[in-house]
Amino acid sequence: MAEAAIRAGCRYYFGYPITPQNELPEYMSKRLPEVGGIFVQAESEIASINMVIGASMAGARVMTSSSSPGISLKQEGISYLGGLELPAVIVNMMRGGPGLGNIAPSQSDYFQATRGGGHGDYRTIVLAPASGQELCDLTYKAFDLADHYRNPVLILADGMMGQMMEPVRFPVLRDVERLPKKPWALTGAKGRKSHFIRSLILDPEQMEEHNWKLMRKYEQIADSEIRYESFKTDDADLVIVAFGTAARIAKAAVKRARGEGLKVGLFRPISLWPYPSKALRDLAKRVKHFFVFELNAGQMIEDVHLALGGEADVFFYGRPGGVVPNPAEISRIVSRQFFQKEIG
Amino acid sequence: MKKVFGRPKTLKPNPYHYCPGCGHSLLHRVVAEVIEEMGAEEIAIGVPPAGCAVLAYNYFDVDMGEAAHGRGAALATGLKRVLPDHLVFTYQGDGDIAAIGTAETVHAANRGEKITCIFVNNAVYGMTGGQMAPTTLLGQTTTTSPGGRVENRDGFPLNLSEMLAITRGSAYIERTSVTSPAGIRATKKAIRKAFEIQLQGLGFTLVEVLSPCPTNLKMSPLEACKWVDTEMVNFFPLGVIKDITASEEAQDAH
Repeated sequence: MAEAAIRAGCRYYFGYPITPQNELPEYMSKRLPEVGGIFVQAESEIASINMVIGASMAGARVMTSSSSPGISLKQEGISYLGGLELPAVIVNMMRGGPGLGNIAPSQSDYFQATRGGGHGDYRTIVLAPASGQELCDLTYKAFDLADHYRNPVLILADGMMGQMMEPVRFPVLRDVERLPKKPWALTGAKGRKSHFIRSLILDPEQMEEHNWKLMRKYEQIADSEIRYESFKTDDADLVIVAFGTAARIAKAAVKRARGEGLKVGLFRPISLWPYPSKALRDLAKRVKHFFVFELNAGQMIEDVHLALGGEADVFFYGRPGGVVPNPAEISRIVSRQFFQKEIG
Repeated sequence: MKKVFGRPKTLKPNPYHYCPGCGHSLLHRVVAEVIEEMGAEEIAIGVPPAGCAVLAYNYFDVDMGEAAHGRGAALATGLKRVLPDHLVFTYQGDGDIAAIGTAETVHAANRGEKITCIFVNNAVYGMTGGQMAPTTLLGQTTTTSPGGRVENRDGFPLNLSEMLAITRGSAYIERTSVTSPAGIRATKKAIRKAFEIQLQGLGFTLVEVLSPCPTNLKMSPLEACKWVDTEMVNFFPLGVIKDITASEEAQDAH
């Protein structure tokens, strides 16, 4: 992810250590100076997200990363990024919670990630990778999305994604000088009038107008930036809905079930906000049973219910707290619950 | 007729929203004059706080980027790291810099960030209506220390500038006031020096300015100035607290 960020043109990283994502800042601390970039280990997550705000105001491609408790601390700044309409890429390698929780892989922050997270009416674009290659590709893409929409982009993965090793094909190294210009950035009032970037709007009607402007932007994002994967759903009697690590487990479970002749498919949202509701709803025209599998106590299931609007049965299986079930466990539940059949 | 006095180009022609007798309007002018006199209007970037000066971008005619409450030094760090040749300054009140933003400020100073913090100390939370500040004096009555600040309950006034002087990354720290023409001149000189040291890349700089808040002190402007000059200075003595350029000169003299 760190290398992908650098190849996308990120030259500034500000962060604070927390497990399970320390490999990312460690790589950045070594690699960024090699490409003329700057790494700063801040005194806290709060400081680091505010450094991100400063660097973003100055027009740079900038990134921070953390894990669940640290992301809670960053929410103040993420809300400001939303209100100030500043681009930035934020990585959350989720772990078990609430509170200090543990450092095991979990999907405990889905609500926080997809509902804004901090205070105020705003959204972050949320991308959920499920492989090493996708960690790389979505990180690269995230910088373009952030700049294009002037909006924070959150990459939501977990301790499993953060710790695994897989071969990756890297995208090309961008020339930072040739990235799209940002005339709104604070660069000093040279040859132009001075300008300011603020989120304070005291007049309620002007604030309302700013909110509606943000909402129009979010609608545009919702129209253009839906991402998902459908795997063996064409003839499926049952579709598992899962993202990230859970989707990876589910995909293996689908293959096992298919091996037993059971018609099971997988629907994997890649953009968690905007959520691929329409694609799921279209699927429900034919499929009447959905199995939501999450590494939490049931969060994305609310979006599935919203998408399906009662048009199909929704079954939930979740493992919160950092427990990661294996594919056999999922395929056994699938066969027992939906096909009344015991498989190994 | 020859024009002998006017508005600096670095101030917009907007009427201040500040209360009569408030030190902010004086200090805004002083900062704007220094930027103009240094010819730094094209490289200056200001970071206003949450507090009475939250609308500072309506007055300073330079690029400005608003920070969350207390986070000015962290935001300025991000700006300055991307734009190392620019003049980056924060403008923060006592609640902003010495309570909620203490960590950001201490660590920016300790990293030796090449920024300047202009720290307006009026011993009270002004914008929220006169609550006890980290710099409220012992015995001082505020809306949240109704019988006067008591050390056993409320702690002591925080001497942030002296704390920051201990950090090895700080280069220049001075405390001044804007309660008299002499104080305003000293403030202007201190801010100019801080900006110059920043641009020389010598380290973190801060000017703490004792400033009257007649509204929340419930005094007349003159009484508020007198209170700063006779009461506040006992807790917050005026003068240069740290100047690494002076010690180098002193060393050269030996």
